[in-house]
Amino acid sequence: MTLPGFPMASPVEGLIGGLLIGLAAAIMLLGLGRIAGVSGMTARATGIADTGAPRALAIAFVIGLPLGALIVNALSGGVGTIFPESTLQIVVAGLIVGYGTRLGSGCTSGHGVCGMSRLSKRSIVATAIFMASGFATVAVMRLLGYFG
Amino acid sequence: MKTPTISLLSGLLFGAGLAYSGMANPARVQSFLDLFGQWDPTLAFVMAGAMVPMAIAWVFQKRMAQPLACDTFDLPGTSLLDSKLVLGAVLFGIGWGIGGLCPGPAVADLGIAPLKAGIFVLAMLAGMTIHRITSR
Repeated sequence: MTLPGFPMASPVEGLIGGLLIGLAAAIMLLGLGRIAGVSGMTARATGIADTGAPRALAIAFVIGLPLGALIVNALSGGVGTIFPESTLQIVVAGLIVGYGTRLGSGCTSGHGVCGMSRLSKRSIVATAIFMASGFATVAVMRLLGYFG
Repeated sequence: MKTPTISLLSGLLFGAGLAYSGMANPARVQSFLDLFGQWDPTLAFVMAGAMVPMAIAWVFQKRMAQPLACDTFDLPGTSLLDSKLVLGAVLFGIGWGIGGLCPGPAVADLGIAPLKAGIFVLAMLAGMTIHRITSR
């Protein structure tokens, strides 16, 4: 199914994938009493953060993510991933995302999915800001001719 | 079920959802952020879909004395608004726009495109480490 006016959108796949993500976060919350925040779990799994989830739990979550993606990728015959061509661009983006998510205590999963659904003021503010910042950044990239 | 097994299951479903929704593809995420281009609103549907199970989960959480598989809830506060939160979110948004990647899809992509995702994740870990060292 496509969305009139937005030929690139896949709303049904988006909703179904979103439900899976929400279910994953609900299992983490109700089963283990924690926020399924990927930046926090990754920092904890790698030992960069020394507080938070028990290490084994964080490592298991971080291993599960690529395994789940791998399974869907294999079953669907390839989901397609187009990265920026420039390695420098990927490195710069990664550095800023890593620093920013630690400073702001969360990313799209922790603040966006888990915090907003809890009506956390902190998470709603964070999500509004990183969304706005993302929109502005890509608008500037467009002005600079990145998209041709 | 042992707690790491539950955590693994959560990660599996999370990664599957990201891949199925198309959000494991940095170009699609960047298209969502590209309001002045061929805008792709799919990410909004993903967020809306994810809100449904989680909104229900929070209703149950409020009525539970403890989680199903361990002793206590360990949840962050919800009200503190400080400059760290604001600056962190601004920076994260900039990096997200530049690469089309946030931490979830980046880690999930280690299973699909390990080389490119690996470069991003290593840089992300370096950024996290810089934060840790400089915030001591």
